Amino acid sequence: MDDMDEIVQEFLVESAENLDQLDRDLLALEAAPDSRDKLSSAFRTIHTIKGTSGFLAFGRLEKLTHTGESLLSRLRDGHQVMKTPTADALLAMVDTVRSLLTSIEADGTEGDVEIESVMNQLKAQVSDGSGPAAVPAAVNSAATAAAAVKSAAEAPPAAKKVPAVKPATKTPIPADPAVAEGSSDASDNDAAEQVAVPATAEKAVAAPVAAAAPVPAAHLVPAVPEVHTKKVNARTRSVAESTLRVDVDLLDALMRLAGELVLTRNQLLRGVGEVADPALARTTQRLNVITTDIQESIMKTRMQPIDHLWSKLPRVVRDLGAQCGRLVRITTAGQDTELDRALLEAIKDPLTHLVRNSVDHGIENPDVREAAGKPREGTLSLRAYHNSGQVVIEVGDDGAGIDPVKIRAKALERGSRTAAQLDAMSDAEVLQLVFEAGFSTAAAVTNVSGRGVGMDVVKTNLEAIGGAIDLDSVVGEGTVCRMRVPLTLAIVPALTVEAGSDRYAVAQASLLELVALDPTQAASQIETVAGAPVYRLRGALLPLISLTGILSGSDSFEVPHGEVSQVIVVLQAGNRRFGLLVDRVLNTEEIVVKALSPRLKNIGVYSGATILGDGTVALILDVQNLARRALRGDAAERAAEANARRGAVVVSDAERLLIAGVGDGSQVAIPMSMVTRLEMISADKVESVGSREVVQYRGKIIPLIRLDRHLGVYSERQPSELPVAVYSQAGHSVAIVMDEIIDIVEHEAADRSEVDDRGFVGSVVVRGQIVGLLDVEQAIAAADPGFFSAVRAELAAAELNGSAGGFLPSARSGVDDGFGVKDAGVNDLVGVNGR
Amino acid sequence: MMTTKGKQYATFWLGTGLYGVEVERVREVLREQDITRVPLAPSTVAGLINLRGQVVTTVDLHERLELAGERSAESMLVVVLVGGESVALLVDRIGGVVDVNEDQFEPPPDTLVGTLRELVSGAYKLEGQLLLSLDVDTAVAA
Repeated sequence: MDDMDEIVQEFLVESAENLDQLDRDLLALEAAPDSRDKLSSAFRTIHTIKGTSGFLAFGRLEKLTHTGESLLSRLRDGHQVMKTPTADALLAMVDTVRSLLTSIEADGTEGDVEIESVMNQLKAQVSDGSGPAAVPAAVNSAATAAAAVKSAAEAPPAAKKVPAVKPATKTPIPADPAVAEGSSDASDNDAAEQVAVPATAEKAVAAPVAAAAPVPAAHLVPAVPEVHTKKVNARTRSVAESTLRVDVDLLDALMRLAGELVLTRNQLLRGVGEVADPALARTTQRLNVITTDIQESIMKTRMQPIDHLWSKLPRVVRDLGAQCGRLVRITTAGQDTELDRALLEAIKDPLTHLVRNSVDHGIENPDVREAAGKPREGTLSLRAYHNSGQVVIEVGDDGAGIDPVKIRAKALERGSRTAAQLDAMSDAEVLQLVFEAGFSTAAAVTNVSGRGVGMDVVKTNLEAIGGAIDLDSVVGEGTVCRMRVPLTLAIVPALTVEAGSDRYAVAQASLLELVALDPTQAASQIETVAGAPVYRLRGALLPLISLTGILSGSDSFEVPHGEVSQVIVVLQAGNRRFGLLVDRVLNTEEIVVKALSPRLKNIGVYSGATILGDGTVALILDVQNLARRALRGDAAERAAEANARRGAVVVSDAERLLIAGVGDGSQVAIPMSMVTRLEMISADKVESVGSREVVQYRGKIIPLIRLDRHLGVYSERQPSELPVAVYSQAGHSVAIVMDEIIDIVEHEAADRSEVDDRGFVGSVVVRGQIVGLLDVEQAIAAADPGFFSAVRAELAAAELNGSAGGFLPSARSGVDDGFGVKDAGVNDLVGVNGR
Repeated sequence: MMTTKGKQYATFWLGTGLYGVEVERVREVLREQDITRVPLAPSTVAGLINLRGQVVTTVDLHERLELAGERSAESMLVVVLVGGESVALLVDRIGGVVDVNEDQFEPPPDTLVGTLRELVSGAYKLEGQLLLSLDVDTAVAA
C-alpha cells in the first residue's frame, strides 16, 4: 500500500510539472499553431498522464485525457489547425485535469469533479476541425473555460495537507502554508515549494535519443513523435536519478548554518591576526576559502530563475485579457536571471499585481488603441537583469500611461500635498505618489486611470525585503514599473561605521560613496541652509544627517568644531540622496542580519542587528527610515531631490539660485555662485564702525550688507538671529543679511530677462513668480567699496608670485570649493569689476 | 517541612531587595559582558548582547523597577525565556535557588506603589528576608 502511495505521489508531482509545461506549450501554440515541437510535447504530456492514470485506475482522468489526446493527435498529424477555441478547450481540459489531481491528492479518489462539459467541448473541436471554427463556439467555450477555472478554485483547499503526513517518503513535500490563502492552482504551489536543480534538464535532453532535433532545454519531452511512452518514462527516471528534491526547510537551515559559519570565520580571522603563527594562518586561510565556497554553493541551491514566476503570467494575462477585453502579447527578456527562492516568493504577489495593473488599467482596449494609432494588440514586457548587486525586474506596457495632471488633482483632493508642494514637484516625482497609501481608493480607479490600486502594498512588500520600486510613465506611450530586489536576504555586505564610541552597520546596497573630511574641512565645508547642514558634493547640495545627532535625539545640528575628522557616507534612499555624517568608517564586512525585538525595531532607526567579527553586537541602520525621519519637507530635501533628478552630473547651463525673502514678502534671487556659506548670526554680534555695520566672523571683521536697505524695501523685522549669505574671495569676506532663506532652486542660466532696475541685473521666473536677480557685485561694492580692488590686488600678487595660475580658486581663502561654487563666478566677478 | 505546591525560585539582588523568578523560566546566568547600547530605545533597555551567536535584548531591571540607590559595580545577567524568546535581565548580584511554598506567599503589601507593584506579583516570607516574585512577562514587555 505504501508503495502504491509513493507511485501516486510521484505521479502527482510529475503531472503538476508537466501541466505547467502544457499551459506554456498551448499558449505558445496559439501564437505559432504549426509548431510540431510544441504539439508533440503537448501530446506526450497528456499521453503520459493518460497512461499512468489508466495504470492507477483513475477512470475519469483517463477518459478525459484520452479525449484530449485524440484532439492533440489530430493537431499533431496536421489533420486540423490550432485555433483559439481549440486552445480554449485544451486549456479547460488542463484545468479539469488539475482539479482531478487535486482531488486525488486530497483523498485518493477522483471525487466528484465534473468532466462531461469539457469532454463535449473537446469532442466538438475534433468534429469542427475540418471546417472553419464557428464564432458562437468560441463564446461558448470561453464560458466553459471560465467555469472550469472556477471549479478548480473551488477544489478543497486542504488538499496539500495530505503529503505532509508522510514526510518519510522519497519525495517529501513540505506542508504548504500558501494553500490557506485559497490558491486555485495546486501545481503552482508545488513548483514554488520544491527546488529542482535546473542543470539536469539539459542532461535529460542530451540523453538517449541521439536523433532528437534541437529542442529547448526545458522540454523534457523529445521532439520526435515516434518515441514511445516507455522511453519517455525511462528518460523521466534518468532525470529523477540525477536530481534530488530537497525539502526547502532543510535548505533554509543550511543557509542559516552557512551564515553562522561565515560569522565564526570572521571571528577566527580576527583572532588569528593577533597571533603570529604561519601554520595556523595557512589553515585559517584555507578555512576562509572553503567557507566562502560553501556559502556560495548553498546560496546557489536556493537560486531559481525568475522564469519560475514568469511562466505563470501568460496564463494570468490571457485570462485577465479575455475578462477585460484586451489583446495582450507578453515579451520577456532575462528569464534566466536567478534570485533566492525566498525573494522569488516575496516578489510573487507584487509582480502579479503589477502585471494585472498593466493589463487591467494600462493597456487600452483594442479599439481605443487602434484609434490612437497603436497596434490593436498591447505589449506587456517583462525584463530582468542584474544591476549593481541587485536584480531589477521591469514590468512595462505600451498602454495609456499615467497622467501626472490627474495624480496632482488626486493628491490635492486627498490633501496629501499642497498646491505649492505639487507645483514644486517634477512629473517624475508626482508619479511616485501612486505608491502612497490611500491612492488605492476606489475613486482612484476611475479618476486616475486606475493605477495605484494597492501600489502602496506593493511598495511596502518590496521595502520589507530590502527592495525598492519606481515608476516611469509617458502619457499615451506606456508605463514601466521597476522593482529592485537584493540577490539574497541572509548575508548582506555592509559597511561598519563609528559614531561616538558605538559601531553601526550600513547595508552597502544603499551606499553611493564616501567623502572623507579632515578636521579643517569638516569645520569649513559643512554648511548650513536655514539650520540644516549641507555639503557641496560636486556642486550639488547634499543634505546631511549627523548620526551622533540623530541618535542623541536632537534635531538641531551643530557644525563640528575643529579637531574632529568626519566621513560623509553618501546614501540613497528611494529617490533621495543624503549624507550620513559619521566619525569613522571602520570596515566592510559580510554580516548576517539578526532580527530585533519589535520594540527596538519600532524605534525606526534600526533594521536589525548583527554580530561583528570581534563578537560584539552592532545595530544595522535603517537607511530608508533614517531618511524619512531626518529629511522632512525642508529646503535641504528639495535640494536633494533636485540632485537626484539631475543625477551626479552637474548640468552646466543650470545655475542654482538662493531665494531670499526681503522686506514684506518680496523675494530676491542670489546666484549660489556668489554664496560661499550660509550662516545664522546673532543680531547682537552686529557692531557699527562709522556708518557701516560689521560682524566678527571666523576671527575676522567683515562688513554686513542689509539687503532690505540696499534695495530700499525696509523691513520691520527685528529678529535675534540674522540669516546671512557670506561671500569670500581671496581672504576677504562680506555678509549679505536677508530676512529669511526661502529656498534654493535650479534655474537655466540663459533663461533670464534683463531689467535695468537699480540693484538688479535681471529677473528670473521661479515657480511661476518673477523674482529679481540681485546684482551682488553692486551690493558688495555699496557696502565695501574697497572689496574688489583688494581682492584684485591679492589675486594679482598671487599670480606674480607664481603660487596660483590665473584666478584659480586656491587663491581664495576659506573657500571650500573646487567642487562647490562655480568657477565662472570668480571670472564673472573680476570681469565685472574690471569694466 | 514540605507542604503542598512547593516552587523553586532563582533569586537575585537589586540594591538591597531580593527578587526571584520561577527557576524553569531561567535559561542561564552570565557575567556581565559587552552590552551594545541602543540609542533612542527606552531607558529600560540596557542594550544587546551576543549570546553564542544570538542577539539578545537586555533589560535594565534597576531602570525598569524604577529603583533608586546604588548599582553594583559588576552586574550579572539572568537570561530568561519570554514567549519563546530569550531576554537578559541586568541585575546586581545572583542569589541562590530557593525553595518556597504557597503558605509563605502574600500578595504585594498595600504600601507598595507604582511600577514595583505592577511588576511584583507577591512576596515570599523567607527567614530574615522577603523574596519578591517578579512578573517577568510584564517586566520585559514595556
